[in-house]
Amino acid sequence: MSTSEVMRIPAGARRASGPPDNEPAISVDGLSKSFGEVRALDGVSFEAAAGTVLGLLGPNGAGKTTAVRVLTTLLKPDEGTIRVVGLDAVRDAVELRERIGLAGQYAAVDENLTGLENLTMVGRLYGERRATAKARGMELLENFDLVDALKRPVKTYSGGMRRRLDLAAALVAKPPVLFLDEPTTGLDPRSRLDLWNTIEELVADGTTVLLTTQYLDEADRLADTIAVIDHGKVIADGTPDTLKDRVGGERLEVRLADTGATSEAIEALAPMSDEAPVAEDGVVKLTVRGRTGTIVEGVRRLDDAGVEVDDLGLRRPTLDDVFLSLTGHVAEATDDAEVTS
Amino acid sequence: MSGLVSDTMIVAERNLVRLPRAPDLLLAFTVQPVMFVLLFVSVLGGAISTPGYDYVDFLIPGIIVQNIAFGGFVTALGLNEDLHKGLIDRFRSLPMARAAVLAGRTLADVVTNFLSVLVLLVTGLIIGFSFNANTGEVIGGIALLLLFGYAFSWVFALLGLIVSSPEAANSVGFIAVFPLTFVSSAFVPVESMPDALQWFAEVNPFTVTVDALRALWLGAPAGNSIWGAIVWSFVIIAIFAPLAVSRYRRAAGR
Repeated sequence: MSTSEVMRIPAGARRASGPPDNEPAISVDGLSKSFGEVRALDGVSFEAAAGTVLGLLGPNGAGKTTAVRVLTTLLKPDEGTIRVVGLDAVRDAVELRERIGLAGQYAAVDENLTGLENLTMVGRLYGERRATAKARGMELLENFDLVDALKRPVKTYSGGMRRRLDLAAALVAKPPVLFLDEPTTGLDPRSRLDLWNTIEELVADGTTVLLTTQYLDEADRLADTIAVIDHGKVIADGTPDTLKDRVGGERLEVRLADTGATSEAIEALAPMSDEAPVAEDGVVKLTVRGRTGTIVEGVRRLDDAGVEVDDLGLRRPTLDDVFLSLTGHVAEATDDAEVTS
Repeated sequence: MSGLVSDTMIVAERNLVRLPRAPDLLLAFTVQPVMFVLLFVSVLGGAISTPGYDYVDFLIPGIIVQNIAFGGFVTALGLNEDLHKGLIDRFRSLPMARAAVLAGRTLADVVTNFLSVLVLLVTGLIIGFSFNANTGEVIGGIALLLLFGYAFSWVFALLGLIVSSPEAANSVGFIAVFPLTFVSSAFVPVESMPDALQWFAEVNPFTVTVDALRALWLGAPAGNSIWGAIVWSFVIIAIFAPLAVSRYRRAAGR
């Protein structure tokens, strides 16, 4: 069928099948969805350019999963316009399903089927012939390092293996847009790292990814742009860097070899910052204006002043800082509190 | 439409392939009914008077009808599991015919029901059941059983989509269907029941279907039972299939 043929074309050319001209691969405008009294999404807007990763970041219950379910045509929105690869998620839902892949926080595979049987079934449901679907399944099992488990029912797989199979199932039709709903929740660090690498490879090949996560390091590592969602609203968006800049610039931290030299150090570094440096337990901290050349300048100034340095580094604000300053609460505080979708 | 047919076959195949790999479930649908047959015939058989028939001849059609109605349990359990493990979400995100998930699921039941009818018939023949029928009537009886079982698959499909867990499906289904099978002509003649129960037992689809099967297999007077059984099956499908489909749409879109 056409989707799979399209996908063998190099990434750049693939946009022919995607959104026309410069339309983003994903664009959501004013999306609202209520369940009874609960307003799960309240006028959410975001977009993702083709070939980039958009991270929806927020605590459990923020509305991330609802957003994914609307974008993948599982739920109808109450209000708002949703376009994915140039198709309307409501009006063109049937056509859209051929262009998207969905993998979730639960491995949605049949535990009593083998890995190959699962992938073959999905391929056939995309309209492929059995032999073609099976060949594609084998290819994916090889890519995802699951060949050894080819003939074993999925119930014998580890958590990481199931998640890889789930992701493989989402990739059967080589979709240009991939939705990953908390793909690494509950995975051990090693499997998590493996999955990150896989996602990065997919993006390098031109796939657009929408990823929901409650892990800030995950968004920081994978996402080109981030929309921070809390209580059904986008409370901030931008690149990880711009979000961090909103919390404040970078901090230069200098640990002195001799605390007696604190005042000399402060005097030497003061011209680098708009605010006065502060000293705490022999560590001098100052907010600097830019990043480039800061460390070299700091070392030179301290050396000129004859101050001996034990350690010196730039500390950037993390997304934890961002989340805390935006919402007033810590992002992962509700971890495991709500496991249902 | 061809998409619906092929997708239905793919889903049905999936449900059949996985079945032998859940041995506990398989046990419940083979060993358990055989055990019931043996217990009824040996323990109750001597105490129940069935004028005109040996109890084993009387019982086999009854217990096969009861058993096939419960064949849909696989659907209730399977759909409930699919719903809670996210598989329904996967299906719904695929460009497949939406009705195929339920149609394929219930179609798979027809195959397993056929096997369980064979198991029970062979058991019956071993312990002394004998047909008083020609080949056409034997086959007609099996076809009627499969139709009746298919109708109940839709009842169980609805159940599986409503309840919160497979355990709940188990107990609710049992409580709802088990009494129906007992207040019927399946195990004892209806005439032996109190008046109020008799009235209910006579219109009960189980009685109608069991009577139809006895007419086909034992040469008992058919009355309207054969047509009645066919009509009952279609009525059940007409009521429960749309309910299950609409519930599927809502449950999956939750």
